Amino acid sequence: MLNKADLETNASIDGGMGQAKPHDSAHLHVAGEATYTDDIREPRGCLYAYVLKSPHAHAKIKKLDVSACSIPGVHAVMTAKDIPGVNDAAPVVGGDPIFAESEVLYAGQSIFAVAADSVDIARKAAAKAVVEYEPLPAILNTHDAIKAKKFVGDTYVMAQGDSTVLKKSKHQFHGAIDIGGQDHFYLEGQIALATPLENGEFHCWSSTQHPSEVQHLIAKMLKIPDHLVTVEVRRMGGAFGGKESQASLIACIAAALAWKSKRPVKLRLDRDDDMLMTGKRHPFHISWDVGFNDEGLIEGIDFTQAADAGMSPDLSNAIADRAMFHADNCYYLGNSKVTSYRCFTHKVSNTAFRGFGGPQGMLAMEYVIDDIARQLGKDPQAIRKVNLYDPKGKLKDRCTTHYGMTVEDNIIADIFAKIEKTGDYAKRREEIARFNRTSKILKKGLALTPVKFGISFTLTMLNQAGALVHVYKDGTVQLNHGGTEMGQGLHTKVAQVVADVFQIDLDKVRVTATNTSKVPNTSATAASSGSDLNGKAAEAACVTIRDRLIDFAVGHFGVKKDNVRFTPAGVQVDGKMLSFKELVQLAYTNRVSLSSTGFYKTPKIDWDRPKAKGRPFYYFAYGAAITEVIVDTLTGEYNFLRADLLHDVGRSLNPAIDIGQIEGGFVQGVGWLTSEELWWNEKGELKTHAPSTYKIPTGRDIPKDFRVALFDGDNQEETIYRSKAVGEPPLMLGISAFLAIRDAVAACGKPHCLPPLMAPATPENVLKAIQAVQA
Amino acid sequence: MTFTVTPLRRWRITRRKLLKGGMGLLAAGAWARFFGFFRHARAAETVRPPSTITTRLRINGRDNTFKLDSRVTLLDALREHAGLTGSKKGCDHGQCGACTVHVNGRRVLSCLTLAATADGKDVATIEGLAEGKKLHPVQQAFVDHDAFQCGYCTPGQIMSAVACIKEKHAETDADIREYMSGNLCRCAAYPKIVAAIKQARGATERG
Repeated sequence: MLNKADLETNASIDGGMGQAKPHDSAHLHVAGEATYTDDIREPRGCLYAYVLKSPHAHAKIKKLDVSACSIPGVHAVMTAKDIPGVNDAAPVVGGDPIFAESEVLYAGQSIFAVAADSVDIARKAAAKAVVEYEPLPAILNTHDAIKAKKFVGDTYVMAQGDSTVLKKSKHQFHGAIDIGGQDHFYLEGQIALATPLENGEFHCWSSTQHPSEVQHLIAKMLKIPDHLVTVEVRRMGGAFGGKESQASLIACIAAALAWKSKRPVKLRLDRDDDMLMTGKRHPFHISWDVGFNDEGLIEGIDFTQAADAGMSPDLSNAIADRAMFHADNCYYLGNSKVTSYRCFTHKVSNTAFRGFGGPQGMLAMEYVIDDIARQLGKDPQAIRKVNLYDPKGKLKDRCTTHYGMTVEDNIIADIFAKIEKTGDYAKRREEIARFNRTSKILKKGLALTPVKFGISFTLTMLNQAGALVHVYKDGTVQLNHGGTEMGQGLHTKVAQVVADVFQIDLDKVRVTATNTSKVPNTSATAASSGSDLNGKAAEAACVTIRDRLIDFAVGHFGVKKDNVRFTPAGVQVDGKMLSFKELVQLAYTNRVSLSSTGFYKTPKIDWDRPKAKGRPFYYFAYGAAITEVIVDTLTGEYNFLRADLLHDVGRSLNPAIDIGQIEGGFVQGVGWLTSEELWWNEKGELKTHAPSTYKIPTGRDIPKDFRVALFDGDNQEETIYRSKAVGEPPLMLGISAFLAIRDAVAACGKPHCLPPLMAPATPENVLKAIQAVQA
Repeated sequence: MTFTVTPLRRWRITRRKLLKGGMGLLAAGAWARFFGFFRHARAAETVRPPSTITTRLRINGRDNTFKLDSRVTLLDALREHAGLTGSKKGCDHGQCGACTVHVNGRRVLSCLTLAATADGKDVATIEGLAEGKKLHPVQQAFVDHDAFQCGYCTPGQIMSAVACIKEKHAETDADIREYMSGNLCRCAAYPKIVAAIKQARGATERG
């Protein structure tokens, strides 16, 4: 749609597509002036909320008496019974009560909430309630859930050919891995500020990735139409999936109290409550049977994935689906079967987290590759290359995934070739082997792992977006789109698209807060889709306005359409040059509309879930990483010495932002698989609910030598500027750190040993694996 | 940075008030909870109103006087009473660093500092770092290096970085990583934060 010839005239604009511009809020961030929800000036009479949580993982509520809560300073108490509409904050199929009714299903579940003049008073008031429980037995892991046949969704299978042929293979083995969950630990905790307005309307500032859903759930809860509720989000202090569905509960509670007290109410969870009350990445138990030949070529594979969904479906079915989609990672599985159990447990309902199930599915596959290599005594890279989807696409039968999609854009062989060279893979492999022969206590490990990540919401309906663009008489532009800003630089990228279409400098474009009254019925900013969807929607809106301006110029100046061109120097009309502002002013005086919506829906995708066949993804994003680690085999502690990342973002919309996403995603992936351990006791109480016990990576934990590069190449699909999504895929580069640790552990045992390293590889788990291979 | 010497006399009074009021109450609550006398603690809270004390804070070079509950943290005093929301409440446990400010030129975690203990002292926050429109070299370096993503930890990172350079703890990459490790960044912009501090170190040395 864009006329790229435009770019050839004159120098380029400041902040067009592909330029490494800083984040649009950079100057605000460094000055402490960026407004997050907790920083918004509170409206007059604002109240503060506190939520009482269940101490039990599973119990009947025998009695709930909140009459004693009405101490001075308390203005509203809300229980399940007080909700006029539907008591549910679930995103898809229900099951997430805003307040518990007769039964509690996890320790930390909200029972009721109080709004008072201060949080202190609200806390004191809540403690006065009489709540009597009858504790019941709790299911706390996937094993017990499967035994009790307790699931949050139907067991689902994807298959290709006949996986039982693996029994005829020369080499076969059974293996399994436990994979831990992960807390989002966004630095800005969950928060909402709800205000009742005139005529039954409500406004809610919510730190959410999904304003439209918050709007709908508040309306449903209050039994009022959607058009009475406006939800707004300026920015989030991190989200990572943790504010895709989880923010709804917080916003609903604030809105419920605002409805009852008829006053503005702010609910800001403190860190412990946040970690106890809201969902996390799904822990998984994945097992496999695999058959392969002397070359390491997989002849048949059978995966069983058990996802710990927690107490409700939330987004678990879609997440478990994505774990299945990525069970292959970059490899052709051939005769294969993936079976997925969505296990119910009496724990907080697990939810979206950067990667959305993909990381767990991929980790198991990479573990299988590692095991095959160790059994055959070969370098894992040799096994990887044998099993790749055919990179040239010539062998049609080696390009089809286990869910029937043809891999058309495979570039992983090129990425391998490049990173092996820039990362000195072979040479370092030898050096490390030499080091390990002479070093008794310290052992080094090295791993190279690839990523192939499918881009699109797997629920086809969600792949749509809207934007609203206004051009003002002074030639400045205001942009609003359905995406939310959580630090990923989405607003900057979409503003660059707008600047590029009009060929105006980026500072002429202002992105306003995401608001359900500007762009309706949006999808969550999730699935890495933000710039793909909203960039295209904004482009469509701008192109509409640009076409109107062109048509106007054609009529007004009596020139041919082809002779009106938007250039960095201004709008060229035949031999004459007008500034963008001049043309806009002229168009206004001649009554041309300077505002437009834009809409986009992703083409080509088609997924038949009942048949488990189709094309769920528009394209794939690829990448690879090499990580080197040194492990102290007496303590299980380790340091990452070097990491090389090579990642595919298509033609980058903004290289500065993309590199930040890649570094950050990798480190977050490393955190998931190393230091971040969620630990529940036998009663089902989460005991790691603060940074004192839950360790995310610090600046000290990142690799000493950290090299990040973008893979050079366009997206072969017609995405915005031929770019690729970048939010989630780099997280899975962190798998290389986990397998590097496993490699170092293997150096402690006999050749061909298979270290039983579980995730996260805490020093404790590393030590256990070392002891196992030394036994 | 000007250094205000706190008059000894005032410090004594404040401290006594503090001990008599807030700290005593806090201690009573803690012990009661320790022994499980929850009811007694609550009874005590309702009987004795919170003690309010006058707290003088020189924030970013300007004198401020607040009447505060003696248990109010410096972070809450800044955010709720002084209207300075640049310092962030990340964990409220002193473990994420988002609330870092300077008290008499030293970096402190304002969520773990009682406002009363900063009485009469110089408090520097992110809002006071720039000179008019001219960014402090550390602020400028954070912009130049994209040393943030969501920005929530950034005010704390910058205040910590300014002190880190002043303390001469930014001489090597390893030093920076060690002495900045109390400031968490969940987006993990760490490599860029290190790069920004290196640039700013040079600028402050030259300047």
